[in-house]
Formats: sequence, C-alpha cells, structure tokens
Amino acid sequence: MTVFLPPPAAGLPPLGGAGEAEPAGQAMSAKPRSSFRRGLEVFVENRLAVAGLVIAVVMLVFCFIGPLVYHGNTTVVNFTNETLPPGAGHPLGTDANGNDVLARLMTSGRISLEVGIAAAVLATFLGTMWGSIAGYIGGALDAVMMRIVDAVLSIPVLFLALVVVALVTPTEPVLIMVIAVTSWLSTARLVRGESLSLRVREYVQAMRVMGGGSTRAVVRHIAPNAVGTIMVNLTFQVADAIALIVALSYLGLGIRPPQEDWGAMLSNGITYVSNGYWWLIVPPGVCIILIITAVMWMGEGLRDAVEVRLQRR
Amino acid sequence: MALYIVRRLLQSILVLLLVTMITFALLRAIPGNVAAAIMGPNVYRDPGAIKLFDQTYGFDHPWYYQYVLWLKQLLHGDLGYSWNLNQSVASLLGQRLLKSGILVGISVVLAVLIAVPIGMVQAVRRNKFIDHFFNGFSTFFYATPSFLLGLLLILVFAIKFPIFPAEAPQGEGVGVIFANFNAMILPIATLTLITLALFSRYMRSAVIDNLTEDYVRTAKAKGASEQRILFRHVMRNSLIPIITLLGLQLPQILAGALITESVFNFPGMGLLFYQQAQKEDYPTLLGIIVVVGVATVIGSLLADIAYAALDPRVRY
Repeated sequence: MTVFLPPPAAGLPPLGGAGEAEPAGQAMSAKPRSSFRRGLEVFVENRLAVAGLVIAVVMLVFCFIGPLVYHGNTTVVNFTNETLPPGAGHPLGTDANGNDVLARLMTSGRISLEVGIAAAVLATFLGTMWGSIAGYIGGALDAVMMRIVDAVLSIPVLFLALVVVALVTPTEPVLIMVIAVTSWLSTARLVRGESLSLRVREYVQAMRVMGGGSTRAVVRHIAPNAVGTIMVNLTFQVADAIALIVALSYLGLGIRPPQEDWGAMLSNGITYVSNGYWWLIVPPGVCIILIITAVMWMGEGLRDAVEVRLQRR
Repeated sequence: MALYIVRRLLQSILVLLLVTMITFALLRAIPGNVAAAIMGPNVYRDPGAIKLFDQTYGFDHPWYYQYVLWLKQLLHGDLGYSWNLNQSVASLLGQRLLKSGILVGISVVLAVLIAVPIGMVQAVRRNKFIDHFFNGFSTFFYATPSFLLGLLLILVFAIKFPIFPAEAPQGEGVGVIFANFNAMILPIATLTLITLALFSRYMRSAVIDNLTEDYVRTAKAKGASEQRILFRHVMRNSLIPIITLLGLQLPQILAGALITESVFNFPGMGLLFYQQAQKEDYPTLLGIIVVVGVATVIGSLLADIAYAALDPRVRY
C-alpha cells in the first residue's frame, strides 16, 4: 500500500474505487459532472424551453389521453346540432356536421402530432444515415451524394409534396412517408458537416494512433458527439413537419375526411368566418400556433444546451 | 477565385442535371398511359392507336433515350404541353413567372430592410425587453400558418376596415399589378411577414457573432464611436451571411409565395401550380418544378459568388 492512498474505511474493501465508496454528496463534488448534466442544467435554466416542454406534454396528454376522459360525437353527422356556440354539453361548440369541436380537436391533434413526430423521426434517421456515410467515406461518393441533396433541396418541399400527394391518396402512413422523403435533406447536410469536422478532431486522431478502427471511431466518438446536433435538428423537423401538413391540408391535399388534422379543421372553420363562428377557427388556430411555438422553444433550448456542452468540453 | 467560380459552376450544372432526372423520374412515376391521358380512356380498345402514338412521340424507346429526348426539348425551351389547359407550359408560365417574381422580389427586399434593423436592435439590447419582444414577434409569425396570416390581414384590412381590396390584381399583363397597386399591398404584406420571420433571427445571431470579433475591439481602441462601429463595421459584416441565406431560403420563400398566391388569388406561378395539382395536370407541375429548381440553383450559385466577392477573408 502506497502512502498516497487514503487509509481504507472500516468495513469497506481496501483499494475498491475510492470515489464510489464515499457518500453520494462527496462523490458529486469530487467527480466532474457529466456533460449531459451540464446540458440539462442549461436547458432547465431556460424558462422558454421549459415552457415549451410543458406545453408539448400538455398537448400530447390532451390529444392521446383526452379522448379517454372526454367523450364527444366526432363522426356522426347530426344537423340538428350544427354550429352550436360553446355552452353546456359542448364546451367548444359544434361544427357544421354537428360534431363536438373539443372532441374533434383531440382526434385531429392526434393526427397532426403523430404525422409530425413520425415524419420528423423518419426524416432525421434518413438524413443522419445519408450524411454520416457521405461525410465519413468522403471522396467521390461524398461529392455525388451531396449533389443529390443539393438537387432535391432546390425543389421546394411544398411543391414536391403536392405532386406526390396528387399521385397517391394521402392516408396517414403515406403522408408520413411523403413528408419524411421530402425533408431529410437539411439533416443530411448538417450531419455530413458534423461528421467531417468530428473525423479530424484531436481525440479521434489520438484514438486512431492508439490503434482504434473506423467502427470504433464512428460508434464511440463521432455518433455520440453528433447526437446533440441531431436531436436539435429533430426538434425543428417536428415543427416544420406539423406546419407542412397544415399547409397541405389548407391546399386540400392533406389527409382525407372524415379524418382531419388541425390544419384541415382550421381551413374548414375559416369558411364560416363571415357567419361569426369563431369557435371553429380559434381552437385549431391556437393549437397550431402553440405546438409549433412550443417545439421551437424546446429546440432553441436544446441547441443552447448542446452548444454549452461543446464549449465547456 | 476564378478557379472557385469554375468549380462551383460545374457543380451547379451537375445539380441541374440531377434536378431534371428527379423531375423525369416523377414524370415516369405517374400512373397510366400518356396516350390514354390525351386521347381518352376509349383508346384502350384500339391498341394500334396507342402504338402509333408511342412511335410518333418516342414513347417506344428505352427510358434513357426518352430522357435525352426530353432534355433536348427542355434545352430548346420546351417545358412540355398541358393537355388540361391545351397550351404549352412555357406560354402558360411566361407572364405568371414575371408576376410571381415581382411579388417575391418586393417582399424579400422589404423583409431584408425590416429584418436588418430588428436583428441589430435585438443583438445590441440582448436579453433586454426589446430583444424578447421581437423574438416573440418572429416566433409568432413563424408558427402562424401562412394562410391564416393572409386571411387575418384580409379580415382586418379588407373587411373590418375596408382600406385595401381582398383580392390581388386580376387581368392580363404585368401592368395590372402597378395599375392596381393598392390590391398588391396585402399579398406583399403577407409574404413579407412570413419571410421576415426567417431572416431577423439570423441577423440577430450574425450581429452577436460579429460583436465579439477582434476588429470591434480594435475599432474601440482607436476611439471609434459606438455608432460608427455598429453601422460601419458590424452591420456590413453581418449582411454577408444574409446573402447566402437568401440563396438557401429561396425554396422556402417560394413555398410561402404559393400559399400567399392561393389566399389572394394572385395569378402567379404558385397559384397555377396549386390549381393544376388538383387537376392532376402533371406536365404543368413538372414544368414549374424544373423552372423553380433552375431558379434556386442559379440563385444559390450567385449567392456563393457574391459571398466570395464581398468577403475578402473567404479564400478558395
């Protein structure tokens, strides 16, 4: 036993990882806090980001658990109940088909959120694969892959989606595919840039010198370091995907009735603007603006958190 | 520099070729037979007629030959023929392209002119009330669906207070836009607000980045006034990334223009695209996609060259 080591505490095995054996409080101050924790602290300090997270969670609960608690007529056409103002029995009134607006808001929101989140996840996955392969392999393959990205990026997503949706009937899975296939490109560009810059970082080179292979470089160093950037991008993709279905629905090429998303609800409601049926316009409008704002705030908070992690490293 | 421009030019040509390939692939993905689309479904009873049609228009050749044929037509300015409107796509586009160009051009210039001071004020008064105010402002306009924004403007400024017409100028010719400019105010305002939200955010972070640069400290040390530093140094340097952004965001601005045009019934390219998408008039849709793709590629090429020319620090 060397003199530098503290004497083993009674009842504990000697030399057995001094940090872990200490009480939790002391261990915290001795060990450097993980970069994840530091990022989390920055995120939590950002009031807008936390507000965004809360709004998003409330929206998810409202759309997915809400229908279990609140039952309203969402499918049966009932003209005796058409366009009733908010009141007893119908907290947000009824629409032109006599359906309950609050219940409709929940089921439509489910479609908006499902399509938005699924499309964003799929697009991020596609873009990450494409970008990391291009960036890591480099050379001619990289050049060709990125020119393809440039080419598709130069066609506006809305235009491309309009053509594809005109080709095939837009069901929910089709919409998810269409949005994913037309919006993975910015992620690909971002991830390629990230993997190019990470590939030449000192710690990756050091690992290379020590005999590590490509797989280890990608799995242990490049992927974990790019995860932050990818997550931030995913968040913004969700906001853009929700906005895109709203736009498609307004143009009449969104999901087919009787299913609808918030965008379709809003654009149907707007046709009654001159009748003064505000309860058909305000609820879906507020929901769309709220969810996109919330997701943007979350994305900005995440971005700051990731940047702080990178700076302090 | 010359070498960079040549390389960038070659890249752009490759990208343009890829754009045409994607468009051609979409053209092939369309279900059904071209002959049937033009001559009606009854033509299926007469296989000889289909065969004759295919031979006349080159549809009996392999796809790569057809692609080269189509590309050759494209290079001669033939964008295809709209069977639906019984007019060539090029002649359909002519006027509308110019009209859309005027709408987008005015709105983008206005958006930049408004976004630059807003972004600068935000950066200088960072984390103060005015920064949060404009941040909320731009997030709100980003989150609001473009069509809702347009309809709200109509509701307030055309119905409640009838100051401006609710519909964009109608009629033949580009002159009607300027003859009836009052009717252009609301479409321009809508597209400006949508585009503004895209820009002011970037301007804010560009100014913040530039404020920490060494040259700001040097200028301060030399005794330059705050205003001089801000307007002579920081603003000029912060404007450079906005140029690249213009090139990059062009597709998104055009998507905003499509919605704006359909809200105000503005007879431009976006409205044509939307109307023909519902009628499944594919030749027109793909003609427009080629035009938009070419415009974007040229736009980003020009933006990159301008960037290299304006920023002497950039060496390629």
